[in-house]
Amino acid sequence: MSVHDMANAGRTHEILTARRAGLVGCTTCGKVHPLDTRVCRRCGAALQSRDETSLQRVWAWLIAGLVAYIPANVYPMLITQTFGKRQESTIVGGVIELVHHGSWGVALIVFVASVVVPIGKFIAIAWLAISVRSRSAADGHTRQHVYEIVEFIGRWSMIDVFVVAILAALVQLDFVASVNPGTAAVSFALSVAFTMLSAQNFDPRLIWDAYEADDT
Amino acid sequence: MTIHVPHTTGHPALGPLDELIACPTCDGLHRLVHVAPDMTARCRRCHTVLLAPRRGAMTQIVMLAATAAILMIAAIFFPFLELQAGGLNQRTSIMGAVLAFSHAGMLPLSLAVAAFVVGLPLARFVALIYVLAPMALGWRPARHAARVFRWSEWVRPWAMAEIFIIGVAVALVKVAGLAKVTPGPAFWAFAALVLVTVLKDNFMCRFTIWRTLDERTKS
Repeated sequence: MSVHDMANAGRTHEILTARRAGLVGCTTCGKVHPLDTRVCRRCGAALQSRDETSLQRVWAWLIAGLVAYIPANVYPMLITQTFGKRQESTIVGGVIELVHHGSWGVALIVFVASVVVPIGKFIAIAWLAISVRSRSAADGHTRQHVYEIVEFIGRWSMIDVFVVAILAALVQLDFVASVNPGTAAVSFALSVAFTMLSAQNFDPRLIWDAYEADDT
Repeated sequence: MTIHVPHTTGHPALGPLDELIACPTCDGLHRLVHVAPDMTARCRRCHTVLLAPRRGAMTQIVMLAATAAILMIAAIFFPFLELQAGGLNQRTSIMGAVLAFSHAGMLPLSLAVAAFVVGLPLARFVALIYVLAPMALGWRPARHAARVFRWSEWVRPWAMAEIFIIGVAVALVKVAGLAKVTPGPAFWAFAALVLVTVLKDNFMCRFTIWRTLDERTKS
């Protein structure tokens, strides 16, 4: 391995952190500064040893995302008109329709992106935020993996919004068939954006601080 | 707990601060050593990738970003998809898809989709060229290069070109039963752009770029 950790005897997981050394690391560029430095000299990002208000913002955005997710499921996502017959379908309704058509693969993609991922994300972020406070939770690597998955996968929920946009732009055949977006598209997009912000506001260093506390 | 560390002299026990690197994920402190190209250095505690320099990465990223920017411009102006059903015909461009929400009174959502799909990806390509082209040529960094690069990294999760192309695939399957859909040149340009973006992100090592920017600014 090319980067060596500091000479730091002790338990295997114990590693000297910047905070313990009286330093602060920049999360944007990795540069190390004295603890009282406010702005990174290399990249100009604001420095904070630990983001004190991180959890408050995580909860605030998470609740906003949860609230927006309710109308996203109640109101129609797509309004289809074929020969004057008007049909409204919600997110789950759209998935059921796809299953009836026999497109199992696409139904699965939409179901995972619009239902499994958002709900899984709410639970995962809430669990992370709670586990950081209580000291009994799972080991650091598990929590780290959950955090990485949440960060990576959250954006993919936007698929459904893009599908609606493309369908609404493409299927405009006057009387024969037309597709228009429903109000749920707005709430769903907001819900996804809010949960993305929630995950971004989480300071992963808190995971490892709690782990250190478990250890000692 | 707070130890005052003067910047010039470094830490009494750990040496100059320029030779240290803090893991952005777990705050673990590591001593920086030379990492050979095509090697990867990870944090010892949380295994986050700290440094992954690639040979000629700067040049490759600039080339790929330029390619992606050209493809994006092509994707905006060429026809994207064409739908045929019972003698009726409907065409849409990417802008058409982006503006679909504005016809239904959802203009803010239209603007957001425009930013996610076209605006932010394109702005990121331009930002990367602006920051890295002088690096690739061995020049001094351009004015405000640090600010531009910081912004481009911050905006990264909101550039959703690759998600849009999967959305297109899902939409195509949804209408496949009702009508015939032909992808236009813009569709292929956009698909190529997504591939180029993925390739480009594989070459990106943000800590290496920051260090290079820093060294070039000083020298």
